[in-house]
Amino acid sequence: MIKENLSIRKADIINRRMFIIGAAKVLIFVGIIGRLFSLQINENKKYLTLSDKNRIREWKLPPTRGNIVDYFGNIIAGNLKVYQLHIIPEQVENFNYLLNRLKFLLQLSEKKILNILKSKKKLKPWESIIVSENLSWSQFVKVNNYLYDLVGVKPVMTISRNYPFNDIYTHVLGYVSQPNENDILQNQIIQERFVPGMKVGKLGLEKTLENHLIGTNDIQRYEVNAYGKRINHLEYQKGKQGSKIRLTVDTEVQKLSAKLLAGQAGSISVMDIYTGEVVAMYSSPSYDPNLFLFGISKDEWELIRNNPLKPLINKTLSGLYSPGSTIKPIVALSALENNIINPNFKVKCTGKTELYGQTFHCWKEKGHGFVSLNNAMKQSCDTYFYEIARLLGVDRLKITAKKFGLGEKVLGDYFENEKKGLFPNTSWKKNNLGKGWVLGETLITGIGQGYTQTTPLQLCLMTAQIANGGYSIKPKIIVNNDPLSFEEAKKNMKEQSLINFNTQLFKDEKNIKIVQEAMFSSTNEIGGTSYRSRIDNPKYQFAGKTGTAQVKRISKRERELDLKIDQIPYNDRDHALYVAYGPYENPRYALSIIVEHGGSGSKAAAPMAKKLFKLIIDRDALREKQPNFEEIDI
Amino acid sequence: MFQHKRFNSELTFFQKVKDLDYILILCIVLLSIISVFVMYSTDGGEILYHTKSHFIKILVFFTLMMVISFFNIKFWHITSYIFYFSIILLLIWVAMYGIKASGSQRWVDLYFIVLQPSELMKIGVILCLAKYYHRLKIDSVNSLLSITVALTIIIIPIILVLAQPDLGTSILIAFSGLIILWLGGVKIKYFFVSFITFLISLPFIISFLKPYQKLRILTFLDPDRDPLGAGYQIIQSKIAIGSGGLSGKGFLKGTQSYLEFLPEKHTDFIFTLFSEEFGFLGSIGLLIIYTIIIVRIIRIGVLSRSNFAKFFCFGFAFAIFIYIVVNLSMVLGLLPIVGSPLPIMSYGGSSMLATMIGFGIVLSAKINHRQTIA
Repeated sequence: MIKENLSIRKADIINRRMFIIGAAKVLIFVGIIGRLFSLQINENKKYLTLSDKNRIREWKLPPTRGNIVDYFGNIIAGNLKVYQLHIIPEQVENFNYLLNRLKFLLQLSEKKILNILKSKKKLKPWESIIVSENLSWSQFVKVNNYLYDLVGVKPVMTISRNYPFNDIYTHVLGYVSQPNENDILQNQIIQERFVPGMKVGKLGLEKTLENHLIGTNDIQRYEVNAYGKRINHLEYQKGKQGSKIRLTVDTEVQKLSAKLLAGQAGSISVMDIYTGEVVAMYSSPSYDPNLFLFGISKDEWELIRNNPLKPLINKTLSGLYSPGSTIKPIVALSALENNIINPNFKVKCTGKTELYGQTFHCWKEKGHGFVSLNNAMKQSCDTYFYEIARLLGVDRLKITAKKFGLGEKVLGDYFENEKKGLFPNTSWKKNNLGKGWVLGETLITGIGQGYTQTTPLQLCLMTAQIANGGYSIKPKIIVNNDPLSFEEAKKNMKEQSLINFNTQLFKDEKNIKIVQEAMFSSTNEIGGTSYRSRIDNPKYQFAGKTGTAQVKRISKRERELDLKIDQIPYNDRDHALYVAYGPYENPRYALSIIVEHGGSGSKAAAPMAKKLFKLIIDRDALREKQPNFEEIDI
Repeated sequence: MFQHKRFNSELTFFQKVKDLDYILILCIVLLSIISVFVMYSTDGGEILYHTKSHFIKILVFFTLMMVISFFNIKFWHITSYIFYFSIILLLIWVAMYGIKASGSQRWVDLYFIVLQPSELMKIGVILCLAKYYHRLKIDSVNSLLSITVALTIIIIPIILVLAQPDLGTSILIAFSGLIILWLGGVKIKYFFVSFITFLISLPFIISFLKPYQKLRILTFLDPDRDPLGAGYQIIQSKIAIGSGGLSGKGFLKGTQSYLEFLPEKHTDFIFTLFSEEFGFLGSIGLLIIYTIIIVRIIRIGVLSRSNFAKFFCFGFAFAIFIYIVVNLSMVLGLLPIVGSPLPIMSYGGSSMLATMIGFGIVLSAKINHRQTIA
């Protein structure tokens, strides 16, 4: 009985204690449910995001570059489908067998095989190894035929830059290639969008306009597992192609320039004299930018690099030449502007001028006799210009030269390799060479020799600004949202000059006219230096000025020998120059031609102008039909 | 009085079947079915090793539970000490010849099963103490001797398990044992004082912990201190649960587990997967099933006439509760990570064996609830 009672007392204790614990259990369960609620209901969004971050990984693909087109909309830098071959190591059953098969099918070199093995070690097994970046169509077909035997191989189609006109535009466009460390570090946008296999501009407009052209990455979203292995393809987000850039250049003119300069070193530039649009800009010889897309081979590179005609130099912008006689219109204009001479001012040319015991020769040994300005320009009499340069002085000459764009970059920042050139004056010499100016130097500056260094495009701009009546224009090579037809530009030019005196480059309009007439005579009158290259049809008739720039000082002996051009070593031959504008009656275009070591301007350069003007003026109507407006802020 | 109608311990088979707790059995079956499906999900939606093995274990151990339930509760009373000592022997065996895996020595190969005796000790310590307190006179409950004996019963297995090392199981054994002391009537004052003492000596205890255990505590306090290392499990677990939302991502659609971000998803982190796929509502449902199980076990304890059965039922109910709480708190980031399975749901034979034995004894107590034990 007592025992039973004790047992019941004990049971009471047990039950009582049980219920104390029971209450605690309820509290703890409520706590756990609260925690569940806070994680799953309150913070659900946060954890869903984290879960997606866990499982979704983005793969960036190379962006598609914007096209570059010429003035007529022809693609001059586009994109091409290329066929590539990738190996995905984890899908390969027998790697050695596969390599042997590929080696046989694609004629891979031992070195290539080693490279593949090397990258296999570096990459994760599910990352693809690029065997070939650019398979030919026949190789691609071959691989596809044998695909059943090539487990783990993936033929891939992708997009690559392509220059359909090969070497025609190389010096304008530059080229693209794989970015190096500097390219990536210096450009924030490249840094953000970089993916292996991407190409960036290395030179020319491809480089300067990188941020417009680059485009945004295509993005592939994959579901991945905890080890980063792709499980599912979720989404493909197409990137935006880079902006289309329309240039002012005309492929036909560019092609003709290339044809004319074939086999020679030199440059041709053509410019609209009102809008400043560069119609052609060709530096010869050129090279094929397509070679650089997939890495240029060493042999090809050596060939380009060691070519004595220096294809790597953009002669139009970074070639520095003595302008020779092509400077004479500026010298004449400067003398007229400063009232040193009037059109009737005459100088007697005896073939040479003596100054302080030094002899300055005219190109014509016998001399021109009494010459006026018009005659002097026509026959390019050096003695006349020695004289007026002496009267004018180099400082005043420089002011005029500078107004017309000599010694300044023409296209601003668009080309990293553009050179400023040099037009000297007394203070320049003092500051840079530490010596006083010598009068003799003024004389040779007057015929475009000596310290003066100009780029072909500067000469073109100079001529254009004489041709348009002496107004400053702003050269451009990109069609942008600043729309002016040439007529508007012409009108605007004159109106602007009333507001801003700096855009009017003359003091007296008459002086420009005198120089223009002299240039006309030089081309179109008997005895003119480029008379043989004239076109009589007024539709094409142009006015110009030849130039022959000495590369080295002519010794007395050589002068006496009067050698024919092919008797002189190539590197000692004179550069041939020609600047011109046309049509004479209603001018539209100006050009400059330089043929390195071409001999004389009248023989080597001026005939090219004849062919060029024919084409340029024929295409003028077509050109004017094209809208010159593009929605782009450059 | 009841004692006059002495209960005939010889029940017929049908009487026994009639007296089973069908709600409890239903909940266990339900939980088993859920666990098989969840295991199927951890296998990535295929019937692979874990699913098969788990299913077989459930079948075998469920049958074992039913067999155990048909034994008289007296039998368990008689064999308690033997059960306890056998497991102690197994633990010693493990310490000497056990199978090592990932740095700890916890298993013994019995040829038909690789057993983890420490799991069985969770039941063993309850059985042993239930008998001890059942037989202890109520006046001597708070005597120094009895408390020392009771604590020794708890501490011996704990030392053996800690040596494996297995902190999680030791803590669960400690809780399972202490609850019987509490139920037996040990003064609340003692519990209070020892709790305070524990808190004070905590820094001292921590200094004895193994470096990886310290790291777990540090990680618990700030999981972001090493998100890819020590904090990885808990961060991924919270992401999985949190991203489940109200109704979950759907069966077989838990990205965290499917894409292998979840560690230990078959065992300790099984709830994480469940919660990711079935959401808040599913988790509450699971908790309700567990709650019903616990309540039913407590009810059997209340019904039971013998104090041994009461001790065991209440102790086991509390043990189940503690397993759930420790496991859930761990995966929810409320407690540091200690290895502790979720009863029935987690993959693991020994844990399920122990749980099923427990349920079997509880059911036996239900069938024999009128049975008194001298």
